[in-house]
Amino acid sequence: MASFEETGPRIPVVVSTRVDKIHPISRLSRTIRAIAVVVVALILLLPVVAMGITAFKSRNAVVSVPPSLIPVPNGDVLRVEANELKRDTGEISIARNFFAPTLEGFVFLLTERAQAGPARAAELRTQAQEGQLSIFDQIALDNGQEILGPSDYVARLRNSLIIAGISTIVSVVLGLFAAYAFSRFRIPGESDLLFFILSTRMLPPVVVTIPLFLMYRQLNLHDTHFGMILLYTVFNLSLSVWLLKGFIDEIPKEYEEAALVDGYSRLQAFVKVVLPQAVGGIAATTVFCLIFAWNEYAFALMLTSDTARTAPPSIATMLGRGGIEWSAIAAGSLGFLIPVVIVTFALRKYLLRGVTFGAIRK
Amino acid sequence: MSNITLQGITKTFRDVTALSKVSFEVEDGEFFVLLGPTGAGKTTTLRIISGLERQDEGTVSFDGEDVSDLPPADRDVAFVFQQYSLYPTMSVYDNLAFPLRSPLRNMPEPEIKTRVENAAETLRIGHLLERKTAKLSGGEMQRVAIGRAIVRTPRIYVMDEPLSNLDAKLRESLRVDLQHLQKTQRSTTLFVTHDQIEALTMADRIGVLCQGEIVQIGTPEDIYDRPASTFVAELVGTPHINLVEARRDDGAIFIKDSQVRMSATNGGKLPPSFLLGVRPEDVQPSTSGEYSGKIALTEPLGAETIVHIRSGDQDFLSLIAGMTDLKLGDEVKFNIALDRLHFFDSKSGNRIS
Amino acid sequence: MATIELHQVEKKFGDFPAVKPMDLTIQDGEFLVLLGPSGCGKTTTLRMISGLETVTGGTISLNGRNVTWLHPSERDVAFVFQFFALYPHMTVRQNIVFPLQAERMAPADIDKRVAEVVKMLRIEHLMSQRPGTLSGGDQQRAALARALVRRPAAFLMDEPLGALDAELREAMRAEIKQLHIDQHATTVYVTHDQIEAMAMGDRIVVMSNAVVQQVGTPAEVYYNPANLFVARFIGSPGMNLVQGQFADQTVRFSGEQNYEVPAEWKPAIKKATGSNSVTVGFRPEAAHLSESGALVGEVYAVDIHGSYSMLHVKLAGSNGDFEIVHVRTDRRTNYPIGAQVRFDLNPEMVRFFDTSSEAAIQRENA
Repeated sequence: MASFEETGPRIPVVVSTRVDKIHPISRLSRTIRAIAVVVVALILLLPVVAMGITAFKSRNAVVSVPPSLIPVPNGDVLRVEANELKRDTGEISIARNFFAPTLEGFVFLLTERAQAGPARAAELRTQAQEGQLSIFDQIALDNGQEILGPSDYVARLRNSLIIAGISTIVSVVLGLFAAYAFSRFRIPGESDLLFFILSTRMLPPVVVTIPLFLMYRQLNLHDTHFGMILLYTVFNLSLSVWLLKGFIDEIPKEYEEAALVDGYSRLQAFVKVVLPQAVGGIAATTVFCLIFAWNEYAFALMLTSDTARTAPPSIATMLGRGGIEWSAIAAGSLGFLIPVVIVTFALRKYLLRGVTFGAIRK
Repeated sequence: MSNITLQGITKTFRDVTALSKVSFEVEDGEFFVLLGPTGAGKTTTLRIISGLERQDEGTVSFDGEDVSDLPPADRDVAFVFQQYSLYPTMSVYDNLAFPLRSPLRNMPEPEIKTRVENAAETLRIGHLLERKTAKLSGGEMQRVAIGRAIVRTPRIYVMDEPLSNLDAKLRESLRVDLQHLQKTQRSTTLFVTHDQIEALTMADRIGVLCQGEIVQIGTPEDIYDRPASTFVAELVGTPHINLVEARRDDGAIFIKDSQVRMSATNGGKLPPSFLLGVRPEDVQPSTSGEYSGKIALTEPLGAETIVHIRSGDQDFLSLIAGMTDLKLGDEVKFNIALDRLHFFDSKSGNRIS
Repeated sequence: MATIELHQVEKKFGDFPAVKPMDLTIQDGEFLVLLGPSGCGKTTTLRMISGLETVTGGTISLNGRNVTWLHPSERDVAFVFQFFALYPHMTVRQNIVFPLQAERMAPADIDKRVAEVVKMLRIEHLMSQRPGTLSGGDQQRAALARALVRRPAAFLMDEPLGALDAELREAMRAEIKQLHIDQHATTVYVTHDQIEAMAMGDRIVVMSNAVVQQVGTPAEVYYNPANLFVARFIGSPGMNLVQGQFADQTVRFSGEQNYEVPAEWKPAIKKATGSNSVTVGFRPEAAHLSESGALVGEVYAVDIHGSYSMLHVKLAGSNGDFEIVHVRTDRRTNYPIGAQVRFDLNPEMVRFFDTSSEAAIQRENA
């Protein structure tokens, strides 16, 4: 402490700091904490990176040991050479980590294919030489296959968009009205009701899927868009009521009361005065509801089979068909991530408020 | 403008009685102030008058017409809130125009524009019209809030501590403007405050509320010079009224724990022991003073000075004009204005007249 | 006890100057008030003295010892916060003992010290309660006790009455002043309330925009403000300030009124402004109504205070503008709004300011 006291801080102090905060030890600990955060973030991102890389690998590159990580145009050849070099001389080359990026995964994901017989294959090869084959057919042909038609992946993705999208909108809208009522009116048994609403979230989905399955079959809701939208809406409603109530509680009720005495009805006051101020909360709630409905797996697996089947169970079932097409699965998962990433990114500035809601008070 | 009549208003929240049998009248064009400490029921009264809250018993009438069952929008009351009533997502102009755009009024935009501009000029906020309200200072916000009340020429104005969130200087200047506005427009105004200075300076009449009951109604002079109880006496006046225990003996008044002995003016009617109230400006140091004491503390405020005079074990506050040369520990003589004494019952605290 | 010296003390947040270099000596036993509107740098100054904030330049010494870079706990000062900062999970007693335990004082001594301050602040009956159950006044008493019990070299108080309601503030104000008179401990007290500053301070440091505007006794800042800011800020309402042109021994206001300048002021004003713009300042009590008064205005509003009335008078200006001045009168006088009134100024209490520099004009030794 002595030397510090005599010399003062070594760097000019430009931000508001307490004396003990510019002490060298506390500065060091701040640096360590920052590094830790970066490391954790990198670890958390690793699966996504692995998925992104895998989606662009060929069948061979997917299963290569050690895993290849660096995309290079003629990487496959270089890798094989490097491996042979290692076997012969023990020399290690960076080329062992190369792979050639390909769209194989995406072709497998989006198409139904069959093994092409020798005659058919020869026929296709001639077409290829004449430049009559599309890039998709070409890739299939390189794997000895012929494209029969589109796969159902796009349809599943569309189902996901419809079901998750509509159920999110409905649960946020209903949630807003319920949350407003809970926030502004004296409701008999208010806390019990709120607790009751939350109770729909208390059982793991797996436990209730069988009864739901039986009910849905009776009501002809099985494998319908409507059935899934209804289910996800009910499930998300508790989340949206609770989240939105927190946000609306923070909007002083004087705003609507001012509008009431100024000659507006309760509903008009709600629309003109409360809604514009609740935008942040609505955005945060939307993201949370959307992520749940988008990712939901257990209900979708049990309660849909074809017409209304969403993407999560359909990607999972790719595992079962013949040889495991890892690159197709990775490509499918990547495509599946994109919509929710776009929405979350667009609304990201509200999310932190959403996560910490209630913890920050004016 | 209208007059307001409250008849036997009672309101309970769960098991707490917020108001019990509150009755008073506000005359057409009158500036009526409801004064009381926090939790006295002032705001609840305003909310019942404006229709934001429904009373359990009693009636609210404007011009003799019972409005108890009308929703707030139909009562044509302009409410100025303490804070949080400007819409942060709208500009100042849109805030001012908001009440006029109500579907109830259906006013054409050109007329709205004229009205908004007139109100803005009256309140000197014309230069702010295009701003977002979040960018305004506290004083400007409250001017806009008042502007939103005056654009629509309502039947009555109700104001819920509109000045209390402002700093002292702004409060002062806005208060004077508000007073001028009300007096020149003769608008019926019901104003709620816990600040006795606001009440004394602005009101035509004051209603003092204590724990949901009206304890005194009168002009500022009535309230200040003839407080109905020790509660009212202590509520108004800075510095505090001197309130001391005293007894009557032999036609004279003795103040407890001090050498002060006064020849009573109406000794005959006083009980043997009672509470004596003396306003600080009625205690004046004087070389020819009748009583003696020691200076315990001086607090110069500029235009006046509060002097704490200790006589025996009793401290008397004295308010004198200007600055003083009196020093801590000085022996002083002082006088008490005998014709301005207040007597209160020691048990009930009610005034003995 | 202690003297505190600030030499060229300065604070910047990035490029923003929170406190521009200031010199200040706080005498042993003095009650010094730092007064100013929010954001003027008064709290930052106090926090720099306490060590809760670092300085960006200058030195702070306590009793001649340079403490500029000492940790707050090593400076021997006690800090009283606006929101009390009592530890909510401890009883009042535990709160008060806390700083002494940090010094590892013997239990017997602790008991003696605690008994002393508790008696002084009359909080014996609260000792086993938790802060949450106390009223605001009692919480602040407990916080004061926790500061007093350490017998620090100096007390630093940051708006300690700011969180209390008006009535309590008035009572606590006298109580803290009384405590200071008994203890005579060097105290630096921050407030934005000029009444508090006037009532309590031995000297007042008026700050605005990171700069010290004036240092002086309550009487000095009230009667002889150094500039327009101090004139406006001190007093409730502040000093009346009316602009005019100085010519021919008189000040001509924009509303075509003339005010004859008292003879002793004439040379000074002439020297300071030539024949330029001058601002006339007078306290509300310096004006008195009189049938033959030299100045004339129209009643804008009347305030009836308990012991006096305040007349707000509209002075006409050029092209429709007006200015409002405040005139303090006997409370029995009542005027209708719009009535014409005439008033004179007490020549002893009139002050003059250079309009362009805003500084007060000093009278040549009269």
